[in-house]
Amino acid sequence: MSVASASIQFFTRLLRYRTKCAVPFHAASRILISPYLPQVFGGNKVLLGTCAQPLRQSRQQMAHRQQSWGQICRDRLAETGSLRSEEKVTVYFINRDGRKITTSSAKGDSLLDLVVEQNLDIEGFGACEGTLACSTCHVILDQKVYNQLGPITDEENDMLDLAFGLTDTSRLGCQVCLSRDLEGITVRVPDGVNDMRRSDDAGPTL
Amino acid sequence: MSTHKAALCKVQMLKLFLTSPRCVRITRFHGVCGLSTSTPASSPKVCIVGGGPAGFYTAQHLVKTRTDVQVDIYERLPVPFGLVRFGVAPDHPEVKNVINTFTQTAQHARCSFHGNVRVGKDVTVEELQEAYHAVVLSYGAEGNRTMGVPGEDLAGVYSAKDFVGWYNGLPRNRELRPDLSCETAVILGQGNVALDVARMLLSPVDILKKTDITQHALDALAESSVRRVLIVGRRGPLQVACTIKELREMVNLPGTRPEMEASEFEGIAETLKSLVRPRKRLTELLLKAAIETPGEEELEKRNRAERAWGFRFLRRPLEVLPSTDLIRAAGIRLAVNRLEGDGEGVRAVATGEVEDVECGLVISSIGYKSLPIDPAVPFDARKAIIPNTMGRVQQTAGLYCSGWVKRGPTGVIATTMNDSFDTARTLLQDIGKGTLDVSTVKPGSQGVSALLEKRGVKPVSFSDWEKIDSEETRRGETRGKPREKMLDVGEMLQVARA
Repeated sequence: MSVASASIQFFTRLLRYRTKCAVPFHAASRILISPYLPQVFGGNKVLLGTCAQPLRQSRQQMAHRQQSWGQICRDRLAETGSLRSEEKVTVYFINRDGRKITTSSAKGDSLLDLVVEQNLDIEGFGACEGTLACSTCHVILDQKVYNQLGPITDEENDMLDLAFGLTDTSRLGCQVCLSRDLEGITVRVPDGVNDMRRSDDAGPTL
Repeated sequence: MSTHKAALCKVQMLKLFLTSPRCVRITRFHGVCGLSTSTPASSPKVCIVGGGPAGFYTAQHLVKTRTDVQVDIYERLPVPFGLVRFGVAPDHPEVKNVINTFTQTAQHARCSFHGNVRVGKDVTVEELQEAYHAVVLSYGAEGNRTMGVPGEDLAGVYSAKDFVGWYNGLPRNRELRPDLSCETAVILGQGNVALDVARMLLSPVDILKKTDITQHALDALAESSVRRVLIVGRRGPLQVACTIKELREMVNLPGTRPEMEASEFEGIAETLKSLVRPRKRLTELLLKAAIETPGEEELEKRNRAERAWGFRFLRRPLEVLPSTDLIRAAGIRLAVNRLEGDGEGVRAVATGEVEDVECGLVISSIGYKSLPIDPAVPFDARKAIIPNTMGRVQQTAGLYCSGWVKRGPTGVIATTMNDSFDTARTLLQDIGKGTLDVSTVKPGSQGVSALLEKRGVKPVSFSDWEKIDSEETRRGETRGKPREKMLDVGEMLQVARA
């Protein structure tokens, strides 16, 4: 193995590790941005999330707030001794236009992480970056998959209440953590990411 | 291969990666810059008025969808992000994550931010129309609805908009100095802004001091005597305008207990079954706080609580009652309503009864209101919006609107996001159909810059804002806060130009 390839391999792993573990919240900001970047800077997809100044600030801001579910997923995996698995889980996305996208992501990723990493073009998806402060990553699952996922927190339900086109099998993408059991699931992105928070003066809350 | 060498290389790369975020940003910047030079001179030039969420989301969709469009965002203040900075409560930092996306948009090669430019004063909308193929108005709602009752101008009466601006560092509200020496505060309106204000008044200072709340507000709140906040609405528990997240925050607020009138909830539990899920869950939470017997832990929390909050329903303000010296608010007179009709069409009707509530602080949170910006732009004074069809301003060509000025001051950032995408889509469709003529060459920001220079106006660029941003962050760090906002426009400009 040459020095270069060994280094590249290490570097890539390091980047992935950092993206996965250190900066879970900002993953989403990259979806909207990555199309702006020339492909030759493919690495930026990863780097952006870790380096831009405002991202670090919001991380500080968030420090005393709730963790993103992605992080919680990973913490759980860490407990079981597999912090970062290379094992992939295949997910079929049905996008707003009805097109089916076959994609895959590492075990432990949330569906929001997957959308970000795979650059799925779903504008506005995950506006709050997986912090349970909006419902823009609303997805609809099959009944069986929904049942498989187990109980939903009040906080997620609170946000789902505001989702456009809420169904009985709706979840927030940032809260669905990929595991081996979910291999081959189908995830439907409802048409419109409307946050239906209706109120007379709801005002500036996401 | 030498393992030592490889290891060394790894260490260097690690160092490079961990220590040089600048490097990446510069690389990216150059990368995109290279593309921008290939933009033809005749590319569509769009100008956006207002650097809040509506402006940034409109810009985002435009630059993302079309690879030749050039977007300039004009903002009155030297700092961007509008209500994300000046409206979102300091203890909702996760909502401010949208700033990351806005920052990426602003740093895009085909998007520029021009702060410190007052459209309608420094440059007219007509002049912008000359310089650009299209102008999108997304300047929001800077006014507020007034109660229109006697005593509204007494000391101790504030609009929620000003109060929010005060704790969030809006320059024009820095001198508000609300009097917090009374025990009871009454908030009129039961939306999320009302709950934000209630939470700010009642939150333990230990929580607030870790947020980006302005220091002057934090100091005032630390000295505050307010112990009880009543949140008054003209209709009933089934019509509260707040959302469940904000209600849950009240219910869980440390050091507080709910103080409700059980009688106001009569018959509510029976209606639960017929409610749709969001309203049902909201009402269940409300009932839990209001009338359910608390568990042991909750009971203990309530017994220890030194502060209280509660909703008061079916009340409409009639008059703010003055103190004996006629200077300050000492109470509020409320008309008692009853409900007529069913479901969404339910109306509040006065019963003729009145009730006086003693309070030294009255905050009206009954809604924001858009104001006209320029005589050249049509404005519907009754609805307080710019009359439009899907974002196209009526009776004009090349004028669009998005956000609150388009549909009124309701909803949340995500609502504005969709609405702004819609306006951007309309605009792009018009370019596609040819109804918006982009064939002529327009000067864009160059034309406007020349005008501004002649008038002595110096715009603030996005990189200038980044200087303000890092200075604010630095000041915040010394106090253990994410940032300490600058309150003075002069100071902002000084830092921006340093």
